[in-house]
Amino acid sequence: MQEASEVPAVRMQQLRKSYHRGNQEVPVLNGIDLVIEAGAFVALVGPSGSGKSTLLNLIAGLDQPSGGDLEVFGQELSVLSEGALARWRASHVGFIFQFYNLLPVLNALENVELPLLLTGLSRRERREHALAALSMVGLSDRLTHYPSQLSGGQQQRVAIARAVVTDPLLLVADEPTGDLDRASAEEVLAMLEELNEALGKTIIMVTHDNRAAQRARRRIHLDKGELREGADGV
Amino acid sequence: MYLPRLILRNALRHRLRTGLTVLGLAIAVLAFGLLRTVVDAWYAGADAASATHLVTRNAISLVFPLPLTHRERIRRVAGVRKVSYSNWFGGVYITERNFFPRFAVDAGTYLDLYPDYLLPAAERKAFLLDRRGAVVGRKLAQTYGWRLGQSIPLRGTIYPGSWEFVLRGIYDGRQPNTDEGIFLFHWDYLNETLRRNAPRRADQVGVFVLDLMHAEDAARVSGEIDALFKSSLAETLTETEKAFQLGFVSMIDTIVLAVQVVSLMVVVIVLFVMANTMGMAAGERLPEYATLKALGFRPGFLALLVLGESVLIALLGGLAGTALTLPAAAAFSAQTGTLFHGFAVSHTTMVLQLLIALGVGVLAGLPPCLRAARISIIAGLASLN
Ligand SMILES: Nc1ncnc2c1ncn2[C@@H]1O[C@H](COP(=O)(O)OP(=O)(O)O)[C@@H](O)[C@H]1O
Ligand SMILES: [Mg+2]
Repeated sequence: MQEASEVPAVRMQQLRKSYHRGNQEVPVLNGIDLVIEAGAFVALVGPSGSGKSTLLNLIAGLDQPSGGDLEVFGQELSVLSEGALARWRASHVGFIFQFYNLLPVLNALENVELPLLLTGLSRRERREHALAALSMVGLSDRLTHYPSQLSGGQQQRVAIARAVVTDPLLLVADEPTGDLDRASAEEVLAMLEELNEALGKTIIMVTHDNRAAQRARRRIHLDKGELREGADGV
Repeated sequence: MYLPRLILRNALRHRLRTGLTVLGLAIAVLAFGLLRTVVDAWYAGADAASATHLVTRNAISLVFPLPLTHRERIRRVAGVRKVSYSNWFGGVYITERNFFPRFAVDAGTYLDLYPDYLLPAAERKAFLLDRRGAVVGRKLAQTYGWRLGQSIPLRGTIYPGSWEFVLRGIYDGRQPNTDEGIFLFHWDYLNETLRRNAPRRADQVGVFVLDLMHAEDAARVSGEIDALFKSSLAETLTETEKAFQLGFVSMIDTIVLAVQVVSLMVVVIVLFVMANTMGMAAGERLPEYATLKALGFRPGFLALLVLGESVLIALLGGLAGTALTLPAAAAFSAQTGTLFHGFAVSHTTMVLQLLIALGVGVLAGLPPCLRAARISIIAGLASLN
């Protein structure tokens, strides 16, 4: 435990990412240096198109950087093959999306069980873990409801349960409250706070909602692919 | 477990779309099976042909007869065991729709040549004794509800006039593919009538049917017979009964070819329908595939998810179509009466039907399957916004 907390959650040096549009290179991230401590709750803010999602996707191992170094929990991601990266994501990262991204043909319990299929757990253990995760987000009474039978806030809570059911060290959330009303957004943010404080999950949340950003313990501003730390460490 | 359940639920997501696709497949597979069975039935006659039988006909064309006097010379060719002969009578029974083959045959010898026509001894005797007697297959008798002793009128076409026959025998086929749809009567009766009414057409034979002592002699005997009548007024063409039947069938070979082309086209069309269904389904679900990949699922899992759905839908349609082929073939056979004999859906046809369905499922599922497996997570997730 002691040793783990000394390894930062994220360490990047001169991280660059550019996309290709035709044969034109479009730079998005221009050499970013950043360290995020394990157990942090970070809000990544900035204007639309500034590269927030791009940065988050790199950290979560969904995309590969164009240059620079990136380590997540001490693991250099660029050395992993596609298969190894997929396994790494499954065991280290929980995903929360703006539009929840639940599978519409699976009910709440089945959706939460889904990531556990990639683990060695037995059918019964999977069920127990999924039930525990759903009870944690207060949806024990909605197990057999399908996404279309749940409100946006409830769907996002199912998604949070799905994100934590494998007990990952890192949670990444891209605009988790972007599609929710005020009250539901509050619930979701409170849940993230709880996961951070009580369970020590490292959380990186992209948001352009100021109120959501205020709930994080650290804010990082991104503007045109450049970093600007703000109102940090309060 | 999980993957099959996911596949099944995905297939049921758009019930109308899936239902229509299954229906389309079922109809295509049914059409393929029926058309193939029709083609099989055309060739069934040739398959039933005996290896020791030769048929001698007029070299110019089947529509020209041969003189009866050829018989003696044919019989003297070494290796020939027995000679019989027959004329295609044509004619109409009540209406044109009631088609079945009618032959005037040299009764005694003809029945000896076709031991697969099982005729009770008493009926055989009654037939041979009655100049106007007729013998028919069991299936034919059942189709028209004929009973022994009843008279059967035919209106002549090739041989004009009103003809009246008395049913003296009903034969059963010894083999499953023995033709039970044939009407036989005495060549002598035909010939006597012609002598009276159209003497110039008398003593003419449609074809000679001969039985060999050894099947291996077929080529030599055919050659010798045709050489015998070379440069005569009625040159002959002798071939095995099977070749003769196939030649008869080949008159409609073009139709058979058309039938095969049509059944192929039906399959190709349903392949496009299926590919469209799967393409639409996969297109709608790209964000889901990207999400699954983000969660750590491998391309192989997504490939199985898509291909499994395609194969499931195709096999459902294939099974339904194959199952419907049996009753449809029975109904078709009943409608066409005795036009076809041996109208049965073969095991090969049913296996082919299921293989075609499987092939359509795999082929149609392949492009969306590759698309799902190769999708970039970033692009797939972005398509949701
Ligand atoms: N797959 C892509 N291909 C090309 N350009 C992209 C792609 N993804 C993002 N971009 C561009 O990168 C920039 C940053 O995008 P993004 O990280 O989504 O911004 P943010 O999340 O801050 O709104 C934008 O200009 C966007 O157009
Ligand atoms: Mg974004």
